[in-house]
Formats: sequence, C-alpha cells, structure tokens
Amino acid sequence: MLNTKSAPTQARDNLISQKVDSLPPSGIRKFFDLLSSVEDVISLGIGEPDFVTPWHIREAGTYSLEKGYTMYTSNSGMLELRQELASYLQLRYRVSYHPEHEILITAGSSEGLDLALRAIINLGDEVIIPDPCYVAYPADVILAGGVPILVPTNEENNFVVRATDIEARITKQTKAILIGYPANPTGAVMSQKEADAIAGLAKKHDLLVISDEIYARLVYGAEHICFPSLPGMKERTILISGFSKSHAMTGWRIGYVAAERRFIQALAKIHQYTMLSAPTMAQMAAIEALRNGESEVEKMVQEYNRRRRLMVKRLNEIGLPCFEPKGAFYAFPSIKATGMNSEEFAEKLLLEEKVAVVPGTAVGPCGEGFVRCCYATSLSNIEEALRRMDRFIRKSRLRSE
Amino acid sequence: MKEIFEILEQNARATPEQISTMVDKPVSEVEKMIRQAEKDGTILKYKTIINWPKLGEGDIWALIEVRVTPQRDVGFDAIAERIYQFPEVYSAYLVSGTCDLAILVKGKNMQEISSFVTEKLAPLERVQSTVTHFLLKRYKENGETFHLPREINKRLPITP
Ligand SMILES: Cc1ncc(COP(=O)(O)O)c(C=O)c1O
Repeated sequence: MLNTKSAPTQARDNLISQKVDSLPPSGIRKFFDLLSSVEDVISLGIGEPDFVTPWHIREAGTYSLEKGYTMYTSNSGMLELRQELASYLQLRYRVSYHPEHEILITAGSSEGLDLALRAIINLGDEVIIPDPCYVAYPADVILAGGVPILVPTNEENNFVVRATDIEARITKQTKAILIGYPANPTGAVMSQKEADAIAGLAKKHDLLVISDEIYARLVYGAEHICFPSLPGMKERTILISGFSKSHAMTGWRIGYVAAERRFIQALAKIHQYTMLSAPTMAQMAAIEALRNGESEVEKMVQEYNRRRRLMVKRLNEIGLPCFEPKGAFYAFPSIKATGMNSEEFAEKLLLEEKVAVVPGTAVGPCGEGFVRCCYATSLSNIEEALRRMDRFIRKSRLRSE
Repeated sequence: MKEIFEILEQNARATPEQISTMVDKPVSEVEKMIRQAEKDGTILKYKTIINWPKLGEGDIWALIEVRVTPQRDVGFDAIAERIYQFPEVYSAYLVSGTCDLAILVKGKNMQEISSFVTEKLAPLERVQSTVTHFLLKRYKENGETFHLPREINKRLPITP
C-alpha cells in the first residue's frame, strides 16, 4: 500500500515518469530494509506458503523441460490448461467460461490484475478498493491512470466492505469495484449476504467488479463465494486467480483471468504485447496441479487451519484481540491496547524480540492499530513467536506503568 | 477424530492443550481419546526418530527376503512369530511376490547379521531359503528424508 505518511520529499527526477516518480514506496519495502539488519528473526511477515510445491507438480515441470517444452505457448496460454480451468470453475463454483474465448493464462495473478485495470481504466476513472487491502491494489490503479478510492472497513463489519459505504463514494467517475476475498491482510471472507449486496450495487450503478480470488481455496469452515457465480455477475466481473497460494506455486509465476469474451480480448491485447505468454513450464505444472493436485491442496488447507486456530487463540490470550479470520493465511490482531501505533509496535517487536509482523499502516490507513501476522509457517515458529510477543507485551506494559 | 492421531504421528510431543486448539475440541475430550487409544492399542508407543549416523553410530541393516512353508491352520503366522521374536528383527512383513516374509534386521556389524542368518534364521525348520540385502544408504524412512538439510529457508523474510 502507498505509504501516504512518508510521501517522498526529495526533488523530482525528470528522467522518471511523473506517475512513477510520485508513487510512494511500499510500506512493506521499508520494513524489509529494517528487517535485513536483524539476525535470527522469526518472520510472521511472509505472505506466501511455507510449503514447497507438491512433488508431483514439480515433477511435471521438470518433465516438461526434459521434453523440450521451452518455447512460447499461444498468447492466451495452452488450450489444455484453459480447458482444465473451465471445467474446474464449472465443477467447483458452477460458473461456465468458454476455454477458448473467456480464459487467459497470465504470469501470476499479479499480471492479471494489472491487465484488468489497464484494460478498463480511462485517465481519471475511479476504482473503489476496501481499506486495508493488498498492497498492490492502489498502486496498480494509479499506474493504470486511475484514481483509487479507499473505502474503510473495520472489525465491526468483519473487514468486509459494506455496500452502503461503497455507494456513498460512487461518483460519475466510478468505473469498478476491486475486491479480494478471502482477504490479504485481514483473513476476512465475504458472506452470501455481503456479496449479494455488492452485486446489487454493481448492477444498480452499472459498475465492473474485479474479483481477486487468489485465496479462494484457503477457507476454514466457510464456503468461498466465487463472485462471477452470483446471478447477473458473470457479465460484469473480471475474475483474477492463480496457483500461488492454493498449490504453493508463488515462484512459478502462473495465474489466470476469466471473464466474458470482450474483456478477455481487451486484456489479451495488452498481454500479447507485454508478456507474450506465461511461462511454459509453469503452465505444464499447472495442468498437473488441476488434474491431480486436490489431495495435496486439502492437506495444506488442513495444516493451515491447525496453525490458524493456534495463532488466533494465542493472540487473544496474550492480549491482542483478534477477530476470527476465516480465509487466506493471515491473522489481523488489534494492538491498540498496547498504546503503541502499528509501526512503533512492529519496529520495537522486531528489534527487541526478533519477531517480524507487518504494520497495519503498510496495508492502508485503516490498518492503524493492527498488525498482520501470517501463519504460513511451522507450528513451532508460531509458538515461539507468540511466546516472544507475550514477553514483549508484558515488558512494554511494565514500562508504561 | 483421525486428526488427533495425524497430529501425534507428526509430533509425539504435541500436548493435549495444543491438539485441542488445533482441532477445536475441548481438552478433556482430546485427553480422553488419547487415553482410550493408548489403552486399546491404537497408539502403540511414542518414539523419537534419531539420525544415528549423525552421531557416528553406524548400525548395519539388512533387508532379508524369506521363503517359508506355511503351516496348516495358522498359515504364515506361526513361523512369522518365531522369526519376529528375535530381537535382531526390527520389522517384519508378510508380502506378496517371490518371497513370503520380508524382514528388516539390525546388527552391530556384518558379522552379527550373517551369524543371525546362518545360525538362527536359516536353520529354522520351515524356512526354505533367504536372500539378504545389506542396506548401503538410507534416503527416506517413516516419511522422513535423511541427508537433506532439514529446512532450507528460501523465502524472503517479508513479502506482501
Ligand atoms: C491478494 C493477493 N492478490 C494477488 C497476489 C499475487 O499473487 P501471484 O503470485 O499470483 O501474482 C497476492 C500475493 O501475495 C495477494 O496476496
């Protein structure tokens, strides 16, 4: 997220585009630099699976190299993969996409997000984004020439953006709503009612919805609502997803976009000039992931769930109240009771107890008073990190008394 | 509640409190299940996997294929028991294929294993023949791999 507080004060560099030059550095990046100076840190700040990609998927990638699949694929991606995705989306979420015209394979969902925004935004168009949110959303909107409009969310509404709050911010310039549930950084998931309300609003004001469902498979005791599967939503939703989180494939750079033909055509136009095609080896691995990866996904989800319960319980025990995250792999506890602000908390915790968390302000103004703790790490790491956090909180309580 | 056993199989030291949190069941219920399982033989024993070669301790291991004559009424079980009662036998299985029993034998050195085979195993009345394979290197055991650094942390310390 854009670190609005520390907007660069140094003189402009005329050789760099104004847009890029004035884009503030990510708050996470800043923290990264501080972190590099401390040793033996237990990091709860890593937003990616700690599992290595399941072996059968890695094996398929290796095999594709052995077989000499080292060339570009068609711009849209291997048809076989698009077919697998079409039947996956049909079977799992009852939403049908034509494999040839309505699915585009991208280099990670990150590329899909960028393409979608660039394909729909005219200079000055507004895109509504819940706050706090994934760091790339506002930046990607700005880079596409749009204006991010942040809509606050909080614990009372379970960190899910309310349709009424969105509606209050709709103007003539509003083009789309960008949502991502299950959510990074809060772990929030959307209920049927909340989703229906946003869908109703999109219809009423003729808005597009970009739905980033990269964490769709990581839900715990909740049903994932695939936004385009809602009545009337397929024609106005651009679905962004990928394999990074579900199949522990972050480094492969493989994702996809599903939407009606007119959108896919527009996205593919940019994609063909800027990316040509997603990595071939990763596409072959993704086919294997879809065909035979289900039991591995379930195993990882079960493991995340155990860690999630442990982390949430311990956070609450040590005095950092935490609403129950039902998706992704993040807990988002409140640190208000410590009297510190998010950045202060994260910085001191790192220096004093060598535990890294992401300050809430790095993911949006509404993140103040919270920190993001990722539980995609071993149970023993979680236990040790929470022990250290407990000690840290006790110490700072004594100090302030 | 299979999950309790899956957790214990991964980590025998997981406490009932930890397990109760992980599976979201009351501690008392978890404790009861574990006690019950210990009693009825679902949980046989709690063990630790030691990487002995790391301590420079090198037991010699052999996988022995044994062909036997089954016995009326008890089939292979009686002869299998006569064999697996030897303390040298670490694991014993009835298998399909070209032999009947496959046993894993542990000894201080090659001498110990060969005398076990020639003096104890082969002379047994119902043993027809044996084929001994000495283990040269272990790659993986009980789902755990050897010879690999246990965890190489390849992740960046913080990512969005
Ligand atoms: C909400 C969200 N969307 C997208 C991404 C990017 O994923 P990919 O690896 O598919 O580009 C991430 C990664 O952290 C994420 O948290």
